[in-house]
Amino acid sequence: MSNYPALAAAFAEHSIRVGAIALDREHAIEMAGELLVASGRSTPEYTDSMIEAVEANGPYIVIAPGIALAHGRPSEAVLEIGLSLVTLAEPVAFGNEANDPVRLVIGLCATDHESHIDIMAELATFLGEADSVNSLLNAVDSDQIRLLFK
Amino acid sequence: MKIIAVCGMGIGTSVLLKMNAEKVLRQLGIEATVDATSVAIARESRDAQIILTTPDLVDQLQGLPSEVVAIEHFFDLEEITEKLSASLL
Repeated sequence: MSNYPALAAAFAEHSIRVGAIALDREHAIEMAGELLVASGRSTPEYTDSMIEAVEANGPYIVIAPGIALAHGRPSEAVLEIGLSLVTLAEPVAFGNEANDPVRLVIGLCATDHESHIDIMAELATFLGEADSVNSLLNAVDSDQIRLLFK
Repeated sequence: MKIIAVCGMGIGTSVLLKMNAEKVLRQLGIEATVDATSVAIARESRDAQIILTTPDLVDQLQGLPSEVVAIEHFFDLEEITEKLSASLL
């Protein structure tokens, strides 16, 4: 029995990339979006909307030290609820005074405002655990990251 | 009592904030509902006692009857506890 069944399901195959090199904030978000596309959860238009969102609303998506939660609005560009995850080889500044630089980008796509609540509850619990972020950052491949959700 | 957790779109950041605020309120023994919502909807809202959000969005939430509380680290339950306690207790 998994501790995080909703997270395990939300991270589809090809949704996790470890040790990526991002040139800047936009590039880092783009990679998280591409993983949602590669794992069959969204279309490239959704990736564009993720980048537009941070440009419009600012770097508040850096929700904790080193962690960004990138997402767009629920729309037709979302095929299915999903998460993606990119760990960055080098930290990238997102412009968030309190929580920069970013080492971990989590991509989220949701079909509406309600149905991803279980996933978000597990994400909040998981990221709230003391070791989670270091374990994610120290993982050498996506299999090691998946083991954290078991 | 009503509290709203606010982010740009009301589906990501604000939902995480809602989850952790609910945990803190339970620990403090305070009965309140926490709704996650977008900035646009929050700006039309008049019935929330407290608006929880991130420092980036505080400026967009001025002029409402609610007290605006900015949280920097969403998984730091101590920060949320401290700031909610200061407002509520």
